[in-house]
Amino acid sequence: MSTDTGTATTTTTTTTVPPGRIGDSPLRPDGTLKVTGEFAYASDLWHDEMAWGVTLRSPHPHARIRGIDITEALTVPGVWAVLTADDVPGENAFGLEHADQPVLASEFVRYEGEPVALVAADHPETARRAAKRIRVDYEVLPAVTDARRAMDPDAPAVHRPGNLVRHLRLRRGEENPTAPVVVSLDFEVGMQDQAFLGPESGLAVPAEDGGIDLYVATQWLHVDQRQICLALGMPAEKVRLTLSGVGGAFGGREDLSVHVHACLLALRTGKPVKMSYGREESFYGHVHRHPATMTYEFGAERDGTLVYAKAYVLLDGGAYASSTNAVVGNAGTLGLGPYRFPSVAVDAYGVFTNNPPCGAMRGFGCVQAAFAHEALMDELADTVGVDRVAIRQLNGMREGDLNITGQVIDSAAPVGELLQIVADFPLPPERGEGADPRSLPGAVNNTTHGEGVVRGIGYAVTYKNVGFSEGFDDYSTARVRLEMTGGEAVATVHTAAAEVGQGLITVEQQICRTELGVERVVVHPKDTAVGSGGSTSASRQTYVTGGAVKAACEAVRAAVLERAALALARPAADLRLDGEKIVGSSGEVLTGLAEVLGDDAVEETVEYRHRPTHAIDPETGQGDAHVQFAFSAHRAVVDVDVELGLVKVVALDTAQDVGKAINPDAVVGQIQGGSAQGMGLALMEEIVVTDGHVRNPSFTDYLIPTILDMPPMRIEVLEYADPHAPYGVRGVGEPPTISSGPAVAAAVRAAVGKPLRRVPIRPEHITGT
Amino acid sequence: MRITTRVNGTEQEVDDVWAGESLLYVLRERMGLPGSKNACEQGECGSCTVYLDGEPVCSCLVAAGQAIGREVTTVEGLADGERLHPVQEAFVECGAVQCGFCTPGLVVAAHDLLARVPSPSDPEIREALAGNLCRCTGYEKILDAVRLAAERQAQA
Ligand code: FES
Ligand code: FES
Repeated sequence: MSTDTGTATTTTTTTTVPPGRIGDSPLRPDGTLKVTGEFAYASDLWHDEMAWGVTLRSPHPHARIRGIDITEALTVPGVWAVLTADDVPGENAFGLEHADQPVLASEFVRYEGEPVALVAADHPETARRAAKRIRVDYEVLPAVTDARRAMDPDAPAVHRPGNLVRHLRLRRGEENPTAPVVVSLDFEVGMQDQAFLGPESGLAVPAEDGGIDLYVATQWLHVDQRQICLALGMPAEKVRLTLSGVGGAFGGREDLSVHVHACLLALRTGKPVKMSYGREESFYGHVHRHPATMTYEFGAERDGTLVYAKAYVLLDGGAYASSTNAVVGNAGTLGLGPYRFPSVAVDAYGVFTNNPPCGAMRGFGCVQAAFAHEALMDELADTVGVDRVAIRQLNGMREGDLNITGQVIDSAAPVGELLQIVADFPLPPERGEGADPRSLPGAVNNTTHGEGVVRGIGYAVTYKNVGFSEGFDDYSTARVRLEMTGGEAVATVHTAAAEVGQGLITVEQQICRTELGVERVVVHPKDTAVGSGGSTSASRQTYVTGGAVKAACEAVRAAVLERAALALARPAADLRLDGEKIVGSSGEVLTGLAEVLGDDAVEETVEYRHRPTHAIDPETGQGDAHVQFAFSAHRAVVDVDVELGLVKVVALDTAQDVGKAINPDAVVGQIQGGSAQGMGLALMEEIVVTDGHVRNPSFTDYLIPTILDMPPMRIEVLEYADPHAPYGVRGVGEPPTISSGPAVAAAVRAAVGKPLRRVPIRPEHITGT
Repeated sequence: MRITTRVNGTEQEVDDVWAGESLLYVLRERMGLPGSKNACEQGECGSCTVYLDGEPVCSCLVAAGQAIGREVTTVEGLADGERLHPVQEAFVECGAVQCGFCTPGLVVAAHDLLARVPSPSDPEIREALAGNLCRCTGYEKILDAVRLAAERQAQA
């Protein structure tokens, strides 16, 4: 399958896939609602008599709370409730991996923007004004806002016992390796934001049984439910969650935002309470991608064959743990890229600081590391005089190799092939005379007509783990029901796996159609009435929830055949379900599904687990930590106005192995969107934090790529089935975000001829002013 | 404050509007028309784009009072009953919709572009949609959708 939108055409290899089945690209079932404005996002929720909740947040990165006076706020007409830490009925703590974050700060605030109090009122503006009248008496404390400084034994501790969240130590091969060629570099990556467009929102509705129904935009309903139960001191059956429309996620909705707050206000007031962040609050209201400081060294033979690697990776986790532990796990175990290293020493650290908390974002620890290992790979290529593509192919992983944790890569690892594909794509035409200024650096600002513009080309390749790693019980649940409705067989699929825009609901329908032969598949709303679907992250849902839906369909099919076998007095093993018919071993129609089902429904619920992963050895970092690896490569072509420091990405071409494209169009959509986010980090996206204060919490000052910034993309999708995965699928969403940024950065370096060891690359880095 | 305005061809009247409310807020929270989106409310993303007397505007930047007596068209007003407008149809067919939060604003902006420029070139499309952020798609399929809608309009 290949897509070439550079010439405004999309070509897909003709296949004979039946419409709507796996391998086809049926339209998403929510598409019409989304283009007409009828789709209900979390921020669109509305309820008669509802109140609005707002959050009062800390203005200080680190302070002791000496007292909170809410009396004045309570006197504001229209205010229903004002809550502080004292009003949290359960444990005042939440967190994905460790419950270390207060629902509302009690003794200390540890970052700017930490929630301190809540207000519910009949108008959001009333609530905001009342929140301003809450008097918080802060004793400002010294803040640790530098990750290196946080490692000092005498640095103020953000938490007891100290600031280290995790140190991953990885050793393999020789202890003191040497090599004839040694290259090294330092690299820094700034703090990126997920910048999903739909703000954090939810509606909590108090229920008659004393419990609560929460409608919210999230990535994992059940992990939210667990944390909300802890904070509310309520059992799971009283805390029911339903997914509302999600306006993008990218990791930023893994941690709680409005969830507990809205529930607290609703339970206190007895009214439905809606909370919805504005853009500025959103920048404070979710975790970000960890900024990284890295030092890498590669040793190699004179021909470029890698001998060893040493890497030091320091990730600033900010004030609370969130998923820092797992991000360090990825940066450590995958942080040298898809290459073969005989000897390795990696030390990856995550630390607490009084900066904004950092956690999950698409690419999860691999993104930061890829900038360093790919820049160093170019350095090595230039040092030994080998072509930059060739050196990657020389050292690239192949199936059967061991990675740096000693895990066998036991399915396709087409590093060399992916690089060859992007290298062989035609290059964009040279810039001619009289080029449209919109296609030049500076675009509509018309800053150049081509003078001072230099072209550069860069390459990068990556691999990423799919699913949760290091021994996590990473399962998903699916309930599938088959019945006759109005003379037609209808399947209903019910999972709690979050649809965040990626297209999981389409994939669930495709799997049901394929397995059960029905045309009509209803996707039940996502809620906690069914078992956990696991997280919509780590590129895992098509694999894991897809696997669960497949398994549930198989169970339904088996149950239908059992019923048919009973009725027909034949062994079930001789029967097959073919569309709406039950056929015998030679294809003869024996009876119809309608006859077998009658008025009954056949329903099965199945939990699906991928093969287990294992903890790594704490001393050596060795072990089978990951379930699957996904590979991608990018080639970027850029034009740089070296006088003004402006960059125009002219082409961003990529190849990726997806195992099996369940929905080829959605796969391409993931690759395009993921590539844009990687490019954004390379060139423009950074939350600027000074002394613990966020300086640019708006889309005016935090820039994400626009349609003018994105170049046309050539995309080639390989389908080397993973024999261990359902249908052979391989996770898709994250690799493009990992390899696109380093390719863009490499292209800019090639154009400018400067080392540029920090991203995002800013105009002043290019001009040196 | 009382606001009376025509929205999607229907007279709308709402009371008790606070002077600081935007047209976006009034549409979404008081008129039951949440189709226009609220991704930034700072005039930076285009998700709230509506027509005000035929001109596309960021409704988050328009004070509700400014809409009094004027004509507003939102994304909810573009389809012809059950029949999608060709721009809407093309967005669905081309996979230009993922999370869809940017979609209402982009549909209105593309609708406006094609009304002014029936066969836009790629640079014209990019320039016209430069004020509409999308975080999911990388914009490629949005370009495809606008091209397809233009093609269909030319044929019709
Ligand atoms: S919500 Fe109006 S421009 Fe973003
Ligand atoms: S589709 Fe999600 S922001 Fe555009």
